[in-house]
Amino acid sequence: MGRSYRIPLPALAASAFVLVTLAIAMVFFVAPNDADQGFSQRIFYFHVSIAITAYACFAGGAWKAFRHLTRRDPRYDLESYVAVHQGVILGVLVLLTGSIWAKISWGHWWLWSEDQLVLFLVLFLFYCAYFMLRFSVDPGPQRANLSAVYALFGVVLIPVSFAAIRLAKNLIHPVVFTLQGPRFGGWILVTYCVAQAAMLVLAYTLYRVELAGKLLDSRLRELREVLA
Amino acid sequence: MTTAEKYVTAAYCVVFAVVLAYVLIIALKLTRLEREVDALAGRAGPEAEEEARREPAPVG
Repeated sequence: MGRSYRIPLPALAASAFVLVTLAIAMVFFVAPNDADQGFSQRIFYFHVSIAITAYACFAGGAWKAFRHLTRRDPRYDLESYVAVHQGVILGVLVLLTGSIWAKISWGHWWLWSEDQLVLFLVLFLFYCAYFMLRFSVDPGPQRANLSAVYALFGVVLIPVSFAAIRLAKNLIHPVVFTLQGPRFGGWILVTYCVAQAAMLVLAYTLYRVELAGKLLDSRLRELREVLA
Repeated sequence: MTTAEKYVTAAYCVVFAVVLAYVLIIALKLTRLEREVDALAGRAGPEAEEEARREPAPVG
């Protein structure tokens, strides 16, 4: 497989650090208080950014899974696994920050009547089950193929989860992105964009670090086999 | 500190704690793997060690 150009890891890590610091500073010192929710709306900047980054990770995992199925290169299987892993960790953060925000805004930690929340939970549990499937099969081509097919099917849930909020009739969960664009502007939009960029760069940096570990682990296994 | 400020602080602390825990786990794992690589390369003899030096594991 030909290696394409990749941004050096230290540069990525530095960018992630700068962007996350800038995003936090903007959230607390630049963005104005929301007219409706007041100070508690500041959870929005990271909650939504993390949710969209989680979707991006799942979509990336599906893309790598597709590449694995077409090329049968074990590296794509590893890349798909790491992307899904990142997505699940970000999913935990979405659920936690969402619950905290729900408690302060709605007075409940969780509402089963909200389609958006339940569908995101379904998506999250679906990808949790990915790990159960993966680790129930011995390492090798069969495990890689099964994992790839599962990751590829999971991507269907992303547009369902994203669209649920727009299809639901009884809404408590706010709709901030419509077909006409975001329903906010000014510093709120700028702060959100910085937070979104920060989350994407941070997630990609962590993806690269975890992937480096997985590749090292894989080489180590090969070395052990040679020495055995 | 108002209730809203406490909840917002809690949300951001949760994000920070989870990311920090993740980075620590990955760092510990990478350290262990590097130790294992060194130990195996040492066991394989000078030729394998030379080979390991010539072809380092790709990062990312």
